[in-house]
Amino acid sequence: MATQQTRALGKLAVAPSVFALFVWMIVPLAMTIYFSFLRYNLLDPNIACSLMHPGQLFDAENRCLAGFSNYTYFLTDPAFFKAMGNSLILVGWVLGISVAGGTLLALLLDQAFYGRGFVRIMMIAPFLVMPTVSALVWKNMMMNPVSGFLAYLFKLVGLQPIDWFAHAPMTAVVIMVAWQWVPFATLILLTSLQSLDEEQKEAAEMDGTPPLSYFWYIVLPHLIRPMTVVILIETIFLLNVFAEIYVTGTGGRAGNLPFLVYQYGLISNDIGGASAGGIIAVILANIVAFFLMRMIGKNLEA
Amino acid sequence: MGTISLVKARKAFGDAIIIPGVDLDIKDGEFVVFVGPSGCGKSTLLRMIAGLEDLTSGSILIDGKNMTEEAPSKRGLSMVFQSYALYPHMSVRGNISFGLKMAGMPKDEIAAKVAKAAATLNLTEYLDRKPRQLSGGQRQRVAIGRAIVRNPEGFLFDEPLSNLDAALRVNMRLEIMQMHKDLGATMIYVTHDQVEAMTMADRIVVLNRGNIEQVGTPLELYNHPDSLFVAGFIGSPKMNLMDGAPAAPYKCATIGIRPEHLDISREAGTWPATIRLAEHLGADTFLHVDAGLCGMMTVRAEGEYEVASGAKIFLTPEPSRIHRFDKDGKAIRK
Ligand SMILES: Nc1ncnc2c1ncn2[C@@H]1O[C@H](COP(=O)(O)OP(=O)(O)O)[C@@H](O)[C@H]1O
Ligand SMILES: [Mg+2]
Repeated sequence: MATQQTRALGKLAVAPSVFALFVWMIVPLAMTIYFSFLRYNLLDPNIACSLMHPGQLFDAENRCLAGFSNYTYFLTDPAFFKAMGNSLILVGWVLGISVAGGTLLALLLDQAFYGRGFVRIMMIAPFLVMPTVSALVWKNMMMNPVSGFLAYLFKLVGLQPIDWFAHAPMTAVVIMVAWQWVPFATLILLTSLQSLDEEQKEAAEMDGTPPLSYFWYIVLPHLIRPMTVVILIETIFLLNVFAEIYVTGTGGRAGNLPFLVYQYGLISNDIGGASAGGIIAVILANIVAFFLMRMIGKNLEA
Repeated sequence: MGTISLVKARKAFGDAIIIPGVDLDIKDGEFVVFVGPSGCGKSTLLRMIAGLEDLTSGSILIDGKNMTEEAPSKRGLSMVFQSYALYPHMSVRGNISFGLKMAGMPKDEIAAKVAKAAATLNLTEYLDRKPRQLSGGQRQRVAIGRAIVRNPEGFLFDEPLSNLDAALRVNMRLEIMQMHKDLGATMIYVTHDQVEAMTMADRIVVLNRGNIEQVGTPLELYNHPDSLFVAGFIGSPKMNLMDGAPAAPYKCATIGIRPEHLDISREAGTWPATIRLAEHLGADTFLHVDAGLCGMMTVRAEGEYEVASGAKIFLTPEPSRIHRFDKDGKAIRK
């Protein structure tokens, strides 16, 4: 009885915030969906098609309603497939690098060495830098073909410096984004490494396990769970990478889905098309999340 | 075969000296129990023998060979950990066979050994389960199975039964003793439970703050404790220890008498006492009495002993069963 009452009261108490959150989420989504069905271009402002005159929306002469044409246009645009491909390449590479690199770094930082605490804190730093700032730093100080640090290093060993953004834009973006996300993976994997049971290590020692087998049979299985968590969280964020591409001007060749939506909306001024692209991106992200959740759900149960 | 000797084995963690220096010879096939209060260094000593802890100084000989610097897996010893330390993501089969696999044994030979160990330990039908799908007792068996298949000269147990419930503990105790009989291997068994020590050991090593207080068979320790510490630690309920006036007639600093070595009389005796509390266990009754100058004492009465709290009785110690100790806590033998 008492608990039932408490539960009802609890539901009542959280209702306002749940409601606020719901509105917060649903209003922009609803508006995006709404715009995606309009013929709405900023260069061709048709007052009748704005929200101010809802009554005139449906007048045939205004030609406001676009039906699914924004969607079909976006989905058949060759740029869409290229952007999809770029999104996948970016997510795939950064995931690979951050999981592998994060594991190696976590193993390293799990060892006892002088100044470990300091190194661990410094390790997290890249994750805390704003993407825009990190992109600017990489663009102007690291990867600049004339005055950049990488160019300096290349010249030092007698190599021709690479003009990263002109010749290897995707590689450049992957490097920048990976630099931000490796620390995140390291942090999660390190925490998990530290929870590896001490007696299990000793049992493995009694069993005469060589270091590589120890990693393969004992450590790796222990890390599978945090790895799947890293993959899930990073995928969601990596699908949304934008600043690094925008700031470094690599959108032409390395542009991903968010960048294409930006191009539709703010370069072509096609709000209807951009909204349709945005909705398509949301649907794709949900499909990915669905499969990831199923994969990880299985893993978390096992 | 499996003799184990410690020669001035010493262990310090930084400034903290945990084992000041231990000399001990363990014979082949012997069942030796390290017993002592928590934190006295039992596990540390066992881990030094296993090779999981480096010695600060001194040496360890196994089978007469100096093994002080040898890797744990090369010492011919198997260990059963308190938390079992099973590999959680491997099946029971995987857990038992892992050491053999690491040693590079051929697959069919491993399979045969695992099957044999599983049969002895009643684990055959659980071979494909994961550790978390097993009960505490079954996990314990898997840990033992993992130790057995390596065919070691000696087994090391670190409080292997402390995570089991009381009934299962008695069962496993018997099984480990049976296993010792069947295998004939040397076994070192660590526990803080003196009942386990008394029931299982060929010889008991009593540890106190990293020092060996006494080594002997269970009955030697029970009948002739070398020190106050051993006298107080071995036996349940604890020995009654009295100093001052009651000890004076015996020309020593402290005397000790076990609860089971006191005669109870309602009429006359050496020490008058008042009953405060009685514990009825059925087969025995433990009386907690206030014996005036002697302080609080525990007395064992056989069978069901009906008394009221506050009743007056007289206690008489069996003269041959009185233990005498000097002011340093060392036993005085006549
Ligand atoms: N790695 C270590 N570093 C410092 N002190 C330790 C370490 N391991 C054990 N000790 C100390 O050594 C003492 C004995 O520990 P242990 O051998 O585990 O006792 P027992 O097994 O008899 O309960 C304890 O006081 C413990 O704090
Ligand atoms: Mg211990």
